Amino acid sequence: MTKDEALFEFLLRTGDNGLVLAQRLGEWCGHAHQLESDIALTNVALDNIGQARMALTEAGKVEGKGRSEDDLAFHRTEMEFRNNLLLEQENGDFAQTITRQFLFDVFQFELLSGLKSSSNEFLQSFAIKSLKEVTYHRSLSSDWMVRLGDGTELSHDKMQNALNLLWQYTGELFEKTEADDILIADGVIPDLEKLKESWDDIVGQVIKEATLEIPDTKGFMATGSRRGEHTEFLGYILAEMQYLPRTMPEAKW
Amino acid sequence: MELAEREKEFQEKIDKGQKIEAKEWMPENYRKQLIRMISQHAHSEIVGMLPEGNWITRAPSLRRKAVLLAKVQDEAGHGLYLYSAAETLGIDREKMIEQLITGKAKYSSIFNYPTLTWADIGAIGWLVDGAAIVNQTMLARGSYGPYSRAMVRICKEESFHNRQGYEIIYELANGTPEQKKMAQDSLNRWWGPSMQMLGPSDADSKNSAETMKWKIKVESNDTVRQRFIDRTVPQAIAAGLTIPDPDLKFNEETQHWEIGDIDWEEFYQVIKGYGPCNHKRMKARQDAEAEGAWVREAAAAHAEKKRNKKAHQAA
Repeated sequence: MTKDEALFEFLLRTGDNGLVLAQRLGEWCGHAHQLESDIALTNVALDNIGQARMALTEAGKVEGKGRSEDDLAFHRTEMEFRNNLLLEQENGDFAQTITRQFLFDVFQFELLSGLKSSSNEFLQSFAIKSLKEVTYHRSLSSDWMVRLGDGTELSHDKMQNALNLLWQYTGELFEKTEADDILIADGVIPDLEKLKESWDDIVGQVIKEATLEIPDTKGFMATGSRRGEHTEFLGYILAEMQYLPRTMPEAKW
Repeated sequence: MELAEREKEFQEKIDKGQKIEAKEWMPENYRKQLIRMISQHAHSEIVGMLPEGNWITRAPSLRRKAVLLAKVQDEAGHGLYLYSAAETLGIDREKMIEQLITGKAKYSSIFNYPTLTWADIGAIGWLVDGAAIVNQTMLARGSYGPYSRAMVRICKEESFHNRQGYEIIYELANGTPEQKKMAQDSLNRWWGPSMQMLGPSDADSKNSAETMKWKIKVESNDTVRQRFIDRTVPQAIAAGLTIPDPDLKFNEETQHWEIGDIDWEEFYQVIKGYGPCNHKRMKARQDAEAEGAWVREAAAAHAEKKRNKKAHQAA
């Protein structure tokens, strides 16, 4: 694997994470429990789509085959998507949506903090710009974790259930492939294993303050996205997202 | 001061073109008319998020997706802003939302039409927001300060939406034959409802006389509609699309475009609840309220716990 191939892989993963999450958050639009949350969720979706566009455009450049952000978003199949499984999980209720958001936000915050000192110029400026956004996302989702975890008995149960469901998808965020090893060795990306330590720490603190418990998955963690093996949800997300450009491949929009 | 005297003084202020502010005295009916109009406007922004939100996950490019998300977010912001403007008149948001989901309050009937294709996202921005801007530019000159200022701010964003919508339609109309067909079909479906959306002729409007006397509205529905027609017809021609009205013609003498009859029967039918999406739109708002109840309760419970903790620490 060349360095460019490794970088392409990482950019796809970052872009796809933003895109798939934005797609999920977009489903909420107009349906949240109050206007302020509608606006906040749309805001997070917008930031994520912005990050996805930057990362996918750069991925196309690094690949060097003339693929645009839209070519990559609309004309790849399930197995070619590299987003983490966590992001494609269903919205469920607000508890599930916000828990998914929180688990990812803490990861993304740590990743971007590391990328600020990347040896790659694009990733460095990408990180500086995105970190401002993700700092807000993380504070929004952490606040909701605590508010709902330590709210009513009902909200507490819903949050614990969400955590129980989603925890199995967190291990995969830190998985390393050959591409990661190459990029870590070159100082392009931070060591994912080290990120895990601060992730564990922050996630643990918030969960504690929310009076929730870290679920015991008996060591089980879902895996697969690094190889393009996703959960059943991704196919539907792509079917919906891609149908129009695929139906009319000659059209410009 | 006698009521009649106060009313006279109030009317003088209005006639002089002074703005009325929240804390000033106003006739009860002035207050009621404004609450009706502003809350109806706020509800329209919120319900209007639904037909557009319908296409966020299917927007055909990432740029279009981002722009659409931003637009729908703007509408939510307008809703929030307008609910606040209505709150200055002594009604709270909770009450207004209850009126919406129980069907007591109305919203713009045009949002009871479906967005069937991507072109409809263009048509909403071009026609629906276009008609709204013409109307709101007029309302921005109205007598109630908080509402007129809200209109100024909202109009700026709506102008942006309007351009984006037209750009979508223009691009489609000048795209592949299938895309052009999509654009024309969309115009065919949205033209009639957007003619209706500015309201019946003033002779038939039960609220117009009063709202015009108080300068809540400063121009008639027909005047506003004519302005909308005059600016929209040339845009359709420039895009190469045909306005679906066989009676449409340009009057050289008046320099206005004249249209055929507007289907008011359809308008009243949709207002009464028999439009293509009335049920779906109302259900979406009702579900959001019902399914969000536990979140609002939990947030309140948490805030209460925090307050108690603080009080305990202070003691």
